[in-house]
Amino acid sequence: MAESALKSPESSGETTGHEWDGIRELNNPLPRWWLYTLYATIVWSFAYWVVYPAWPLLTSYTTGLFGYSQREVVLEEVARVREARAARGQAQLASASFEDIRSDPNLLNLALATGKAAFGDNCAGCHGVSATGRTGYPSLQDDEWLWGGTLPEIERTIRFGARTSHPESRAGDMMAFGRDGILKRDEIRSVANYVLSLSGKAYDPKLDLARGGEIFAQNCAACHGDTGRGKQEVGAPDLTDAIWLYGSSPEQVIATITNGRKGVMPAWEGRLDDATIRSLALYVHGLGGGR
Amino acid sequence: MTRAATNNYLNPAELGLVGVLGAAFLACTLATARAIDPGFGFHAGLFAAASAAGIVALIERARRGLNQPVPAEIDGRPNYNLGVVKFGVAAAMFWGVAGFLVGVVIALQLWAPSLNLGLEWTSFGRLRPLHTSAVIFAFGGNVLIATSFYVVQKTCRVRLAGDLAPWFVMLGYNFFIVVAGTGYLLGITQSKEYAEPEWYADLWLTLVWVVYLLVFLATIWRRKEPHIFVANWFYLAFIVTIAMLHIVNNLAMPVSVFGSKSYPIFSGVQDALIQWWYGHNAVGFFLTAGFLAIMYYFIPKRAERPIYSYRLSIIHFWALIFMYIWAGPHHLHYTALPDWAQTLGMTFSIMLWMPSWGGMINGLMTLSGAWDKLRTDPVLRLMVVSLAFYGMSTFEGPMMSIKAVNSLSHYTDWTIGHVHSGALGWVAYISFGAIYCLVPWLWNRRELYSLKLVEWHFWISTLGIVLYISSMWVAGIMQGLMWRAYNALGFLEYSFVETVEAMQPYYLVRALGGVLFLIGALIMVYNLVMTVRGREAELALRPLGPALQPSLVPAE
Repeated sequence: MAESALKSPESSGETTGHEWDGIRELNNPLPRWWLYTLYATIVWSFAYWVVYPAWPLLTSYTTGLFGYSQREVVLEEVARVREARAARGQAQLASASFEDIRSDPNLLNLALATGKAAFGDNCAGCHGVSATGRTGYPSLQDDEWLWGGTLPEIERTIRFGARTSHPESRAGDMMAFGRDGILKRDEIRSVANYVLSLSGKAYDPKLDLARGGEIFAQNCAACHGDTGRGKQEVGAPDLTDAIWLYGSSPEQVIATITNGRKGVMPAWEGRLDDATIRSLALYVHGLGGGR
Repeated sequence: MTRAATNNYLNPAELGLVGVLGAAFLACTLATARAIDPGFGFHAGLFAAASAAGIVALIERARRGLNQPVPAEIDGRPNYNLGVVKFGVAAAMFWGVAGFLVGVVIALQLWAPSLNLGLEWTSFGRLRPLHTSAVIFAFGGNVLIATSFYVVQKTCRVRLAGDLAPWFVMLGYNFFIVVAGTGYLLGITQSKEYAEPEWYADLWLTLVWVVYLLVFLATIWRRKEPHIFVANWFYLAFIVTIAMLHIVNNLAMPVSVFGSKSYPIFSGVQDALIQWWYGHNAVGFFLTAGFLAIMYYFIPKRAERPIYSYRLSIIHFWALIFMYIWAGPHHLHYTALPDWAQTLGMTFSIMLWMPSWGGMINGLMTLSGAWDKLRTDPVLRLMVVSLAFYGMSTFEGPMMSIKAVNSLSHYTDWTIGHVHSGALGWVAYISFGAIYCLVPWLWNRRELYSLKLVEWHFWISTLGIVLYISSMWVAGIMQGLMWRAYNALGFLEYSFVETVEAMQPYYLVRALGGVLFLIGALIMVYNLVMTVRGREAELALRPLGPALQPSLVPAE
């Protein structure tokens, strides 16, 4: 390689004279901008060390000019938030009646904000971020309620859950009529057809609706009511509307009757404090379907 | 070598080694029988099988008369040990493709969690360390060991020290990879990021690593060149520092010598600090110093240009070594780590910016007068682009270490994007470039099977990297902004689930980037296999290979 090729405005063209496996090294100086930027970062670091906590000493550390402390900053921020919430009457969330909370806009706003945040962290996993639910997890936006849609009813469901081990838990199972041998296959098909007919969706004209109605009256009416409008004391849903927790296709309804359903809602008492549970009740109630 | 010289017996050293392996076999068999958890039993069985295989290999080698002393020189020229380098290159490509594939799988799992398949062995938590270890330690580690064994021989003009030792290092290291990887799938982990393998795997790696250091040092000791080449400084810094980091971070007490579980001797924030002192210097000394060594040999070699500045190489080497070791605490900003330690981690990271860039400058400026080669040589282009990514991520890194920036970026996928611009753009590209150079040299081929396929590899995987890092920038910054959004009452604007939902489209783009990168690597494997088989696709179409090419003299 011609030596002249190594010369350029930045390069002296001198090598160190060493060679390894054909590789040589030029002896170019350090790029000035590189060196000065390195110096600048070092100067900046020294300045930062003077201003902020930086070097450990034997039993303490250099605290910097202003005694900055991350922990202090966080504690101050938390204190500010606590004050803001207290100013809105946070202490009353746990004790005031729902009517009183709803009549005080400051308190209601605080409750709804608390409820929204708690819902996102604790409820959205099953019910969805917008509380629209999905198969097996009810929508909380409509006005059909499995266990009641008034504020105290919602609060109770949140507090003690459904089908939990808590003594106050909401209870009532959809039995497994097929698996447990209570109904035969053709009976299940008939009653499924009848149930779907209540909302105008009978799927098989060859099945006798009257026979389905008889089976319904003997097996289902105790919980779902004679007219199929449901019973909130046992969490039996209304079968006459267009809302279906486990799906409205004939296969899904037959599967529900055959194997039963036992959807569990956890009990939040002990996991969330009273103020949060009541705020959640207000938030859920306010989503659109509260009674 | 003449067959007449062989006597087909084990020499005393080999007999001793057979004794050691025999004892290891017995101990590991005992451990298999008395294992208190099935994973440990499986691993003890693997160690026993490896010991037995070692004994069989030693005896078979002697029976075939292959254990005779190998001449260090033939006709006055060094008789380089290239077999072990060939193995390392092949292992690197194997693990690379495996690691990229697992990366694509877990990227898709983040997009659609049902791809966990509901099995514990294929869950994200087990596949993620499999991916990181496969690409960093299996792919990257094999590239580093293979290239270091090649470069140290060539630049010292002497055969690699040791006869069995280099093979012990190469095979022992890959055995460690197998133990580590199967352990992850079985759920064996000490839960330290990038240091997941349990105590017995750590002990084994320590042994392998010390032998690696000895082989490397002994080779340098016997060198025929008056000076030590810059790449070897970097390799040595990498080997020595990784030994120190590995040992300190893995100090742990096993619950039982017959069980896999152990507990670290440090606890709480001390443990966290040690872990990230290790973790960040694994980046600094494994993924930076080691691969800079590769850069310092392969770029001047391929470009046929002298290294830009010897002075810069010295200054940035020592500055890098000195600064990097302090930077770990920037992984623990806004945690229980004291303010002063965070400050030191941050300021040293800032001061590390220029020392890191020194390597990039030296590499890029080495191309002065040879920039035209980037048009015609896609292998050189891979390596030069790797330096661009290196420069980008070593600017981004110090920036992200600033506390104010870190408060936004920490725990978000921005970090993942940052890591991958370094890992895919820098580490993998400089490795690909080095392997594209090495394979024709090792197997005595005039050139690669196809430079056109290298072009395809380059463009497909570059597109993949761009998709990957840009989607993670957008997703990560969005994620950070959503996390920190508060209302006046101190409530979060977005629940965690909402941030996860918002990430989903970006996860798909990221996975697509990973797929492109994997496709590029598969093209490379095909190209390398055809090269080894002695094929040349474009014989008539391209100019002669570098060795036969007349030097280009650029216009003044």
